[in-house]
Amino acid sequence: MKSNNSISKRNDLVRKLALAPYSVWAVLFIVVPLLFVAYYAFTDNDFNFTFDNVARFFTATTSVFDKQGMPKEVHTYLVIFMRSLRLAAISTLICLLLGYPLAYIISRAGAKTQKVIITLIMIPMWMNFLIRTYAWMTILQDSGIINRILGHLGISPIHIIGTEAAVIIGMVYDYFPYMVLPIYSIMAKMDNKLIEAARDLGCNSAGVLRRVIWPLSLPGVISGITMVLIPSISTFYISQKLGYGKFYLIGDAIEGQYAANNLHFAAAIAFILMVILLAAMVLMQRYADKKTCA
Amino acid sequence: MNKIIELKGVSKSFDGEVVLDHIDLDIYDNEFLTLLGPSGCGKTTTLRIIGGFETADEGDLIFMSENINDLPPYKRNINTVFQRYALFPHLNVYENIAFPLREKRESKAEIDRKVKEMLKLVALSGFENRSVTSLSGGQQQRVAIARALVSNPKVLLLDEPLAALDLKLRKDMQQELKKIQKATGITFVFVTHDQEEALSMSDTVVVMADGRIQQIGTPIDIYNEPTNAFVADFIGESNIVDGIMLEDKKVSFSGHVFDCVDSGFKKREAVDVVVRPEDVDIVSEEKGMLKGVVTSVTFLGVHYEIIVDINGFKWMIQTTDFVDVDEHIGLYIEPDAIHIMHKSQYSGMFGDYSSFSNELDELSDVETEIEE
Amino acid sequence: MKTTSKIYTALIMIFLFAPIAVLLIFSFNESKSLSVFSGFSLHWYSELFHDYATLNALKNTVLLAVCASVIATVTGTAAAVGITKMRNKYLKVTLNTVTNIPMINPDIITGISLMLMFVFVGRLFGAATSLNFGTMLISHITFCLPYVILQVLPKLQQMDKALPEAAMDLGCTPFKAFYKVIIPEILPGIVTGMIMAFTLSLDDFVISYFTSGNGFQTLPIRIYNMTKKTVTPKMYALATLIFFVILMLLLISNLADSEGDKTIKEARKRKKMRKATEAAN
Repeated sequence: MKSNNSISKRNDLVRKLALAPYSVWAVLFIVVPLLFVAYYAFTDNDFNFTFDNVARFFTATTSVFDKQGMPKEVHTYLVIFMRSLRLAAISTLICLLLGYPLAYIISRAGAKTQKVIITLIMIPMWMNFLIRTYAWMTILQDSGIINRILGHLGISPIHIIGTEAAVIIGMVYDYFPYMVLPIYSIMAKMDNKLIEAARDLGCNSAGVLRRVIWPLSLPGVISGITMVLIPSISTFYISQKLGYGKFYLIGDAIEGQYAANNLHFAAAIAFILMVILLAAMVLMQRYADKKTCA
Repeated sequence: MNKIIELKGVSKSFDGEVVLDHIDLDIYDNEFLTLLGPSGCGKTTTLRIIGGFETADEGDLIFMSENINDLPPYKRNINTVFQRYALFPHLNVYENIAFPLREKRESKAEIDRKVKEMLKLVALSGFENRSVTSLSGGQQQRVAIARALVSNPKVLLLDEPLAALDLKLRKDMQQELKKIQKATGITFVFVTHDQEEALSMSDTVVVMADGRIQQIGTPIDIYNEPTNAFVADFIGESNIVDGIMLEDKKVSFSGHVFDCVDSGFKKREAVDVVVRPEDVDIVSEEKGMLKGVVTSVTFLGVHYEIIVDINGFKWMIQTTDFVDVDEHIGLYIEPDAIHIMHKSQYSGMFGDYSSFSNELDELSDVETEIEE
Repeated sequence: MKTTSKIYTALIMIFLFAPIAVLLIFSFNESKSLSVFSGFSLHWYSELFHDYATLNALKNTVLLAVCASVIATVTGTAAAVGITKMRNKYLKVTLNTVTNIPMINPDIITGISLMLMFVFVGRLFGAATSLNFGTMLISHITFCLPYVILQVLPKLQQMDKALPEAAMDLGCTPFKAFYKVIIPEILPGIVTGMIMAFTLSLDDFVISYFTSGNGFQTLPIRIYNMTKKTVTPKMYALATLIFFVILMLLLISNLADSEGDKTIKEARKRKKMRKATEAAN
């Protein structure tokens, strides 16, 4: 006699009922919107197919004056994109250089100290990002706190606000925790005995770092880099406030086109950014897989 | 005795792999029945089908003369003690045991009485308010048993309940489980891969391998009268050699004709012959029915375990007499020490100690402990 | 910790907390200046409480965060249960990848993508402005869901699979087993997930910016509009208040997470107490 398997059928039903709302939601509001980005990117205002928007990103030019004051033509959006990439890369690098030693120091501290410092690092993340950035603006202003302190010390004021340095400071400040936390969480799991074993086998401190700690922490480093690079490459508020809008970034470009109601071109820029980031992430994952396998 | 559970032609496969192949099994009232076999033999699946956590692909499950194939676990008067106990960590000892009673909405006084009674049965009185996570393995085990017994099920299923305990505690719990079973009169269906555990506790042992039942019987039957090479090898140590049944009570193997006590085989039927290592006597070479050379001697405290090469086939013999490596000895075997089995798919796979070493044996033990 | 490590950690902490300190201090400033502290006053706080637009934005933000986090928590918890039970590996990987998209994608792209869809669908129905509370709620639920799932999923995976089976064995229907055994087991994950969803929704600017209509303003958007012009310490007062509310929520979620340790501690305490009473008798 064949049993009708009613118990496993009931289990299947429960699973499907539990999954159904989210699956529908994920398709409707995660997948479909991304398709809309592509759709808008490749259509004109009357929703006819066109390459113009995407082409515009690569071909649009602006006249600027070079250092000698001579006018020259540059590719507007390529310049903006390269600038975004450069500032984001510098910020990410600074986050890594500052964050890596910190993550290591925390991971080797006592359990209580670890918890306290990690909480401290997370607290600024819960201050609204706009306000955090704005607070830096008042700090870095020509008449701001830094210059006041410098003045009291008899040092001539420095001009930071409205420079690339200010934008980088803002990015580093806003996204620093995203670098420290993933690296820390990998390092905290790292067995102290591995370090002892490496020392036992003749490694000095630098050797332990290079041959044991760094390779083991690589997955954390990679997720840290991703988590800092992606928001800093696409930000638009930091550059507006701390750069005084002089350093137009790719995020500003998207936001600007949106504000000007050029939705199709905004979509095209977003689409290109997404494709580039996706490609970068795939490459990075490949690299990480190779490293961890070897 | 009354049949309480019947499995009729039960089969089950997972992802196309057959785990149970037409199992027929009767379980009687008040008995302590053990499903014994190596990992992957289907014993846990059998238990889960009885418990209602899996449904058989084919066949019928009869409980007290009723087909319960499609009855969900919460409607079965059968409870389970899980392998790692599955105590509810958010409830204390008292509430864990009271769990099924609360489900049945019994009165407060009734719940209190039954829980106290159970705690007494498993010797945990006074532990009511303890958090289950603060208990030792043995104590958690007792809570799990009390919780499964409190609603007075007809059958208790135990899925390797002692596997997580250390050896000493395990022995104690074996005694205790047996005592509880006697005291409550509930049918116990016990799953284990440990043959010693199975032999010492059970009324009935069911030996399983490759999704099929190999033998059902009392521990003594299973040990003395294994039905095939698998059972003979799995339960205790056995020398299994090819033999030919010459006539009733006469068998020839290893170049010698022996008297034995088995009959009912065809004339000149090829058979498997089992001789337990402790049933072989060592005599001088000229007096021996078989002659061989000692290849290894291991001292095991109570006895020596020696390996003897007889015409290229290695026998294991347990003896209290000391012999030396390379010594030529004779072997003497009493007729009732010889057990004859029909040939089976397992013939030739077991019972030769050529590659035997204690280390290897331990390794395979570790493997079987990593359960399905 | 070595001294150099301590100094290094301290310097980074100064960097992290300097802007927050500035903000806290100047929210109590008497004058309007954001660089010279001229005296303590609660002036800006009282002004904040009379700012109708800001208070309205606050109300909107909380309303949105409550709705978004509750819906995301219910849907996300159910999804996590479904995902753990999923057998089809291919579908499981696909679903996990889709779940990761809102977390990996830059907020600006998530915001733009949702906005484009809302505008397009709105146009189909002939609406002039299709962005409103509803579209914002959908967006917030969407970016909160992955975080809820990410908090609940590991709790489900750590849970002994035999627990729900044991409950059913002892007489619970599958539904009862779910709320009597599974829910208490994964509750810390659910609570943490919900609080994360709540704070993320409270704090979100970028996605809200693209998906909010004119009629519905949340606090971050209000702040954005305020920072377009010159800012008064009123905004700092607001930030200070939000900061402390979120800090409290974090503390609660930490407590929920260490619930497990607490029950053990309580058990020990009870044991000690019992011993003491026995001794007294």
